[in-house]
Amino acid sequence: MIGKQVSSLAEAINGIHSGATVLVGGFGDAGTPVALLEALLEDDIRELTIVANNAGSGNRGLESLLREDRVRKVICSFPRSKGSVWFERRYLANEVELEIVPQGTLTERIRAAGAGIGGFFTSTGVGTELASGRETRIIDGREYLFETPLFGDVALIKAHRADRWGNLAYHASGRNYGPTMAAAAQLTVVQVDEIVPLGSIDPENVVTPGVLIDRVVKVEAGKT
Amino acid sequence: MSRHAAGPSESPLQNVVGRRTSRELAARLANDIPDGWFVNIGIGKPTIIADVVEPEREIVFHSENGIIGVGHFAEGSAQDDDLINASKEPILIVSGAAFVNHSDSFALIRGGHLDLAVMGAFQVAENGDFANWSIPGEKIPAIGGAMDLAVGAKRTWIMMDLFDRAGVSKLCERCTYPLTARGAVERVYTELAIFEISTIGFVVRELVEGLNLEELQRYVPVEIRLEDSHLI
Repeated sequence: MIGKQVSSLAEAINGIHSGATVLVGGFGDAGTPVALLEALLEDDIRELTIVANNAGSGNRGLESLLREDRVRKVICSFPRSKGSVWFERRYLANEVELEIVPQGTLTERIRAAGAGIGGFFTSTGVGTELASGRETRIIDGREYLFETPLFGDVALIKAHRADRWGNLAYHASGRNYGPTMAAAAQLTVVQVDEIVPLGSIDPENVVTPGVLIDRVVKVEAGKT
Repeated sequence: MSRHAAGPSESPLQNVVGRRTSRELAARLANDIPDGWFVNIGIGKPTIIADVVEPEREIVFHSENGIIGVGHFAEGSAQDDDLINASKEPILIVSGAAFVNHSDSFALIRGGHLDLAVMGAFQVAENGDFANWSIPGEKIPAIGGAMDLAVGAKRTWIMMDLFDRAGVSKLCERCTYPLTARGAVERVYTELAIFEISTIGFVVRELVEGLNLEELQRYVPVEIRLEDSHLI
């Protein structure tokens, strides 16, 4: 019998080790698996490489990991966020490395990893300093940059609803990176608002199929 | 609205009668968008456009985080933590809206499916180059969706203050900050004037009331021209 659900946050993050590359879902606070990120603080996990849209948003989640000096490198598209101060402090003190990636290239690199694609050409970034020293190709008269897949050891995402197979339905724009990141890591952990009986999510409404999910943990409302 | 205050106090031409607030400028820009267009609204001032567009208009606003059909700002109990725009402000969606994941959202962008992207900028040059992600030594770099939008949307319009915080014109001959994209910008909407970028550079489409070209040119270090009379 397949049972992806685990009963605690500690169990959900079990095995995540120092030095891991962690894909973290969310755009601002929407879809950010705050409880899973905060759970990482309970273990002595350090030197993380974080792949996310933002480098913290508000005062929880990634912001907590940066404050507690658990992050070695951030790969993200938009590290400036209202109310977040720790990325800036760590970055200006050379305590955290930044790889800045255009947002569409970031999500497509993660998608490529999860889809078994060895890279892709995009015109995003052509003519900018991001293109310097990069492999380029002219295709049908247009210039493109080559981009490589971006894998995670772990993906931490948030969804609204899951069943015991790990089928997921999301809420509003909280979906964002979840479906893409779920496919691109060795271990994918999802925090959800509710776990429902198998079959009760209409197959037409399953956005991420359970085949991509390893662990599901329910987080009570208000503790996200 | 307090969260989108007017421009910096050091700006020249503060006292021009017709100077537009951000909301007035957003409404003016919305008037230039044809019904039926799918339009990305980027972080900062452009996200105001969906809040001020006239209710009878049918323009569909896209937000890079996977929303097609952005509506007004959400207030009070209508706010939903999982429903935000590019500026991370709580919003409503319109009837007919759709959610997609991030990869699909950027496929819409890069794939040329959006009619227009409206973005802010630090500098716009007369050749259509623009810079909006990095001021070396001053700010932490932040690209967001800007580079994808600039190469992917069918058109790029910039909505910004004409002057930076030090009172320096953001219109320039060539960008000195790192580029977001080359030759992408077609129009620039500012609190004092609206510009089109043509093969001869910045052409003024509209000056606000109480401002003339000579006065404006005094503060803008690149040549700005009035439209040829037959084009007006």
